[in-house]
Amino acid sequence: MTEAAAIPLDARPRLPHGVRLVHNEAHGGWVLLAPERVFKADPIAAEIVKRCTGQATVTAIVDDLVQAYSAPRDRVLADVSALLRQLADRRLLEL
Amino acid sequence: MATDKREQPVAGQSSRSTNGAAAPALHRPIGLLAELTHRCPLGCPYCSNPLALDARERELDTQTWARVLDEAATLGVLQVHLSGGEPGARRDLVEITAAARSSGLYTNLITSAVGVTASTLEKLVAAGLDHVQISIQDSEPDSADKIANYAGAFARKKALADRVVALKVPLTINCVVHRANIDRIAAMVELAVSLGASRVEIAHVQYYGWALRNRESLMPTADQVPRAVKAVEDLRKRYHGKIVIDAVLPDYYARFPKPCVGGWGRRSLNVTPAGKVLPCHAAEVIPNLEFWHVQDHSLADIWANSPAFQAFRGTAWMKDPCRSCERRDIDYGGCRCQAFMLTGDAAAADPVCHLSPHHADVIALAARHHDVPYSYRLNPRKADSDVPLG
Repeated sequence: MTEAAAIPLDARPRLPHGVRLVHNEAHGGWVLLAPERVFKADPIAAEIVKRCTGQATVTAIVDDLVQAYSAPRDRVLADVSALLRQLADRRLLEL
Repeated sequence: MATDKREQPVAGQSSRSTNGAAAPALHRPIGLLAELTHRCPLGCPYCSNPLALDARERELDTQTWARVLDEAATLGVLQVHLSGGEPGARRDLVEITAAARSSGLYTNLITSAVGVTASTLEKLVAAGLDHVQISIQDSEPDSADKIANYAGAFARKKALADRVVALKVPLTINCVVHRANIDRIAAMVELAVSLGASRVEIAHVQYYGWALRNRESLMPTADQVPRAVKAVEDLRKRYHGKIVIDAVLPDYYARFPKPCVGGWGRRSLNVTPAGKVLPCHAAEVIPNLEFWHVQDHSLADIWANSPAFQAFRGTAWMKDPCRSCERRDIDYGGCRCQAFMLTGDAAAADPVCHLSPHHADVIALAARHHDVPYSYRLNPRKADSDVPLG
């Protein structure tokens, strides 16, 4: 995916003001709340978004997930890049 | 307020119905429109609020709103839209916002910007306000002020938008579009971009409440609509990743109806200034619906059991062509209020649908244009006026 490759590995992604990841019991999981939008976050997406604190680089986020889930690095990198690009295009993430 | 709220589905909602096999699934609502007041300094001809407005002395007090918002969060509501009228006319707007946020709700202020000062905005943000939506009437100041029937409104909107962005709060610009300004969609989107908005809504006027009186003055022409569609397509390409553009076809020009409020009693609810709970903003036009009030029932009880919410929940109430339509779970038969207003039967298909036997009436109405002066909504000039509007 050429678009996904556009995420710089040294970026420190974070949720902007007005975008919040919350765990909601009534809806049985994680939801991403944004202006006029609600997104159900699957467990993988939630784990990625939780790490978008503005402190960690994309590389660090990927490393952390690889270690936490014993997953292949290229697969994790692809998932993370695709999600971050998707969120950034919707103005739900700052890079 | 004349916008389609389109939210992404939240999966994992369980059916909690205990009323037997025939009862429709009871979903959890995700959005609540809190109409804090009907008072408003503007006089927009397309106002979708009802003809009979709630007077100030009938408005719910701060404590009741706090209780209702807390009940909403427990019920599953994720986002509250603080609206009106002009919510800035409420002196307790900051307290209500803080209460919403402390209940865990995402708080969205929907404002005309007239009546919300820079200092109020700062207090709102400190109280946890998540998002601000400001309506604009046009990209041209004179035309915008004329449509709003309020001299200087446009400048105040720009000034408040600047303050919102300076406080790093996400801003949506809501462009209310109709015949007089639909050819300036590009200029309105450019204005939104220049103001620093992250999102812009192209909200075609919908003909409810007061707006119905001005339908022939507001209806876009058959030439304008495809130009507007093309303009939005071009703008989306040009501003991809820069601003999110939400736009739908104007109702009367569509082939399929809108999935109004995401399905009756399925996604959202609406609380009027005096505490009446409606399945949608315009539901009071439908005769013989029994609405319950927050003063008498909990929000969960109203959601599950009030006759108005049960009336059109699910699909059992449908007639053909909806009943057997493959799109019945996509658009839910369209808008019940519009079905009633245009066909006299609230259970009929929304006649915006090309499958409705009344669709020709909608086409005929869309072709009726009459350039008469707007009938303005005559409100007191001061947002905090003590004069009741009822």
